[in-house]
Amino acid sequence: MAVTGVVLIGFIVGHLVGNLQIFQEPDHINGYGAFLHGLGPLLWVARIGVLVAVGVHLWAATSLTLDNQRARGADYGCKHTIQATAASRTMRATGYIVLAFLVYHLAHFTLGAAQSATFKENLPRYTMQGDYRIAGFLVIKAGTAEVPDVYNMVIRGFQHPVVSACYIFAVGLLSFHLLHGIDSLFQTLGCRSARWSAALRKVALIFCVGYFLANLAIPGAVLLGKLQVRPPMCVAVPR
Amino acid sequence: MVAANTAKTLSVTLRVWRQASPAAPGRFVDYPAANVSTNMSFLELIDVINDRLTVQGEEPIAFAHDCREGICGTCSCTINGKAHGPGHGIATCQTYLRSFKDGDIIVVEPFRARAFPLVKDLVVDRAAFDQIIQAGGFVSVRTGAAPDANAIPVPKAAADLAMDAAACIGCGACVAACKNASAMLFVAAKVSQLGLLPQGQPERDQRVLAMVAKMDALGFGSCTNQYECSAACPKAISHDFIARLNRDYLQASVRAAFQPVSASTGGGAG
Amino acid sequence: MAKLDSKVPSGPLADKWRKHKAEIKLVNPANKRKYEVIVVGAGLAGASAAATLAELGYRVKNFVFHDSPRRAHSIAAQGGINAAKNYQNDGDSVYRLFYDTLKGGDYRSREANVHRLAEVSVNIIDQCVAQGVPFAREYGGLLANRSFGGAQVSRTFYARGQTGQQLLLGAYSALSRMVGAGAIELHANSEMLDLVIVDGQAKGVIVRDLITGELSRHAADAVILATGGYGNVFNLSTYARGSNVTAIWRAYKRGACMANPCYTQIHPTCIPVSGDYQSKLTLMSESLRNDGRIWVPKRKEDRLKPPGAIAEADRDYYLERIYPSFGNLCPRDVASRAAKRVCDEGRGVGETGLGVYLDFADAIKRLGEAGVRERYANLFDIYHEITAESAYQVPMRIYPAVHYTMGGLWVDYNLMSNVPGLFVLGEANFSDHGANRLGASALMQGLADGYFVIPYTIGDYLAGQAPGSRPSTDAPEFQAAEDHIRGQTTRLLGIKGREPVSHFHKRLGKIMWEHCGMARTQAGLEEALRLIPALREEFWANVNVPGSAATLNQALEQAGRVGDFLEFGELLCLDALKREESCGGHFRDEYQFPDGECRRDDARYGHVAAWEYQGAGQAPLRNIEPLNYEFVKMSVRNYK
Repeated sequence: MAVTGVVLIGFIVGHLVGNLQIFQEPDHINGYGAFLHGLGPLLWVARIGVLVAVGVHLWAATSLTLDNQRARGADYGCKHTIQATAASRTMRATGYIVLAFLVYHLAHFTLGAAQSATFKENLPRYTMQGDYRIAGFLVIKAGTAEVPDVYNMVIRGFQHPVVSACYIFAVGLLSFHLLHGIDSLFQTLGCRSARWSAALRKVALIFCVGYFLANLAIPGAVLLGKLQVRPPMCVAVPR
Repeated sequence: MVAANTAKTLSVTLRVWRQASPAAPGRFVDYPAANVSTNMSFLELIDVINDRLTVQGEEPIAFAHDCREGICGTCSCTINGKAHGPGHGIATCQTYLRSFKDGDIIVVEPFRARAFPLVKDLVVDRAAFDQIIQAGGFVSVRTGAAPDANAIPVPKAAADLAMDAAACIGCGACVAACKNASAMLFVAAKVSQLGLLPQGQPERDQRVLAMVAKMDALGFGSCTNQYECSAACPKAISHDFIARLNRDYLQASVRAAFQPVSASTGGGAG
Repeated sequence: MAKLDSKVPSGPLADKWRKHKAEIKLVNPANKRKYEVIVVGAGLAGASAAATLAELGYRVKNFVFHDSPRRAHSIAAQGGINAAKNYQNDGDSVYRLFYDTLKGGDYRSREANVHRLAEVSVNIIDQCVAQGVPFAREYGGLLANRSFGGAQVSRTFYARGQTGQQLLLGAYSALSRMVGAGAIELHANSEMLDLVIVDGQAKGVIVRDLITGELSRHAADAVILATGGYGNVFNLSTYARGSNVTAIWRAYKRGACMANPCYTQIHPTCIPVSGDYQSKLTLMSESLRNDGRIWVPKRKEDRLKPPGAIAEADRDYYLERIYPSFGNLCPRDVASRAAKRVCDEGRGVGETGLGVYLDFADAIKRLGEAGVRERYANLFDIYHEITAESAYQVPMRIYPAVHYTMGGLWVDYNLMSNVPGLFVLGEANFSDHGANRLGASALMQGLADGYFVIPYTIGDYLAGQAPGSRPSTDAPEFQAAEDHIRGQTTRLLGIKGREPVSHFHKRLGKIMWEHCGMARTQAGLEEALRLIPALREEFWANVNVPGSAATLNQALEQAGRVGDFLEFGELLCLDALKREESCGGHFRDEYQFPDGECRRDDARYGHVAAWEYQGAGQAPLRNIEPLNYEFVKMSVRNYK
């Protein structure tokens, strides 16, 4: 659980950083999308890697839960919790809801099965207005046309308040899930002790709150009208 | 003040799990106890109820107990859902009625875990803990083969920490309190005690692998890091030792996978 | 008349054990696995013996009535374990430890046994450290020591306040290792109910499985009893509730002699009884007397007043008054008897009137509350937990309680009883502590017997037994013993009287405590000898043991044990009556010096009294083993 947890945390952080480019010019997020698509087989390796991590995480959680329920046997008539955190006690529920959301999220932004009208493949193509660079390296040149318009897809997607609400709710639960997950993975990997466990809890809390707020920013900005749909830029930029 | 402590009584009802045998169906039975001294220990209240039941021709409540000073680890009730009752860092036998309020209904159940099969009423069989120790919870030193005690200096900090872990009384409250009935704190305490000391080093890897394998085979659950175990532990043993166990286990697994092994493990020429 | 040959080897004191080890017979390694040894009990002595014998190659069966061998009451010892390591360079030596132990025992133990104990004490520490026992250490990483009563050197090794626990867990780990290796067959939840004698030798036991109720027979080439002390004959004691006399009492009834049962030790600083429901007395470390002042009100009328309301002038600091030089630090037995006297005068404090104050007000004035907390926080916490009183604010109440028994089955130098093949270790035997045990010596003796004595001496007996000669469990002796136990169980279950077992235990305890407790008199003992048989008769007519024998039945277990206490208590009182002197833990009011110290009578009683069973209803026979002091002069114990 801990190892796949680390992989998945790595993924969601990366994903978030990528998504936050929406607050920049459309070139950024669209260039980023084009870059990812341009990776071809590599993208698939990464996607499969993440899916495997999700699968293993799920499998581990399920078998652990079944084992653990078996280990208890007959249950108590009277239950009492001394210090287990709410996050730790709701891992299964938050996990399932986040999983369900994940399926929807993929259907929405990756496969286009949900809200297909706003899906990037169904929107007019975008033409890069400037160079898109990652860490100084030029990855997508200005003037590249036929780029999927991720920018508008996201904004149009989130303009639907129910979609945004679901998204916010799910990310909230994911953050809550992480609150125990982060603390817990240090324990499972054997690098947690009383000396810094209090600090670790704080770091985990700050991380989770930060993660939530950053994720909240995107639908929040859309709903508040700070991010607006922009007309697609189909015109080639003069060199 | 002494005055606050004298001649105070209360009335409570014990709602006790009664089950004649592992196969028989179990149920809760209420036993009211009126005007009992707040200075009475919880187990003494069961004594009193049992004497009453005996005189009434009923079977007394079977419950595990022995030293009644919190060190032998025999007593094992779950009181109001909490292993060893309301106090922190004490065993059931150190629980006094003054911890309860007049009119309370006190639910008393056995420790519940598949690896601790029920024997009768509140008594469960904790032989699984012995089996875990038998799998590796020791230093293999034959009697008489030891070097002088001061030939093995141990840093005071390591000795103190080892003692913290060694305080485990093997009562099983960690298993009872864990929602997964995991024995990690018990195993961690022994693995840490011996792993912290130089005497425990030669068998360190082997010990942790064998004890964890035995724990898993006996049907205990897995740790999900909620730390209910250390909160319920009558010796307040820290779950930090579980992190240490995890670390030891990972390292030992890696070493076991990659370390070369001598082809000859036999003794000298005959 | 039993033959009591101590088998103490000849020669200089310091050479006896070495010489004996060189001379006794050995069993060759290939033959060891052909011998089966039964060990009953898994406390310090039993677990260490079982583990060591299994390491040597013997086949061992270990029976414990607890659900795990780790539960034995050795676990509750707090203080520490003595060893003549002289790590402190303060002049300790094997001889000094020997001498202190012998003197502490008021010259009623065998010189040779005690010297051997002191000799092997050093090996015990080595062994335990190698096992991973986390003894207290100094900053340099070497072992720490503390001083303890009755000694002028620091020779006590300790693991916080849990030394007994840590040593027991060490022995338990050694035992577990051999169980895991298949060398020991462990039977938990198994209570030995009878000893089987075949051709005059101990060759097996009858055991009840406490979970299924099943009786089973087990044959062996030798039987070792390591079943602890009998302090629960007083009902209220610092012993665990399960501690009992049954194993050694039933061995006694099969011919083993019971030696010096009247030597019982009372600990002065226990938390007093609070009501008749009480099941247990808790020990508070004696170290509290270093800073606490003991007092009671001068006037009876003040005894229920809050202590703060009693003026300084109205308080009687009786130990400081009677023993001005030692004051609150006078020896255990003296302090205990003084407390009893003031309570008998009606000046005892607390609801029951059986308690004296141990006051830390002066210590708090001198050291500050933080200073006192630093020294005793742990003990103050225990006190608070039990009484709900803060000893920082009100004085503690304490009262003496029974906490160790020096008597037990008679054994020779090889730890074999007068019944060949029956060995007795630890608190269950009578050896080593004489009439009184020094602090931190019980753990030492249990482990000495199990790790370092029995592994050698049992070979001397087994070498004389042909391998494979142990009887079959089909032998008529096994059948008869099993039938006997079955009959007793049926009888107990059939009485269906009006009183629970605890009722009789409490009444026996009161008789014992009142007439055979801290201070004994001829009249009191004679009274007890009238009351106990009557109570026993009432027990067998009026006890109610519910349930069946075919399941876990704690009332039945308890009934068997209390039934034995009701017989044993009588022998204890008889022994106390017949020993017309005061020595160590046996104090007869008639025999004391003006200052309250024990007046021994070495000429008439410088011997071991070993009682021999003569059959039900018959007076037991009092055999004597003279104690010949060759190396030390018996002198008056003086701690002033």
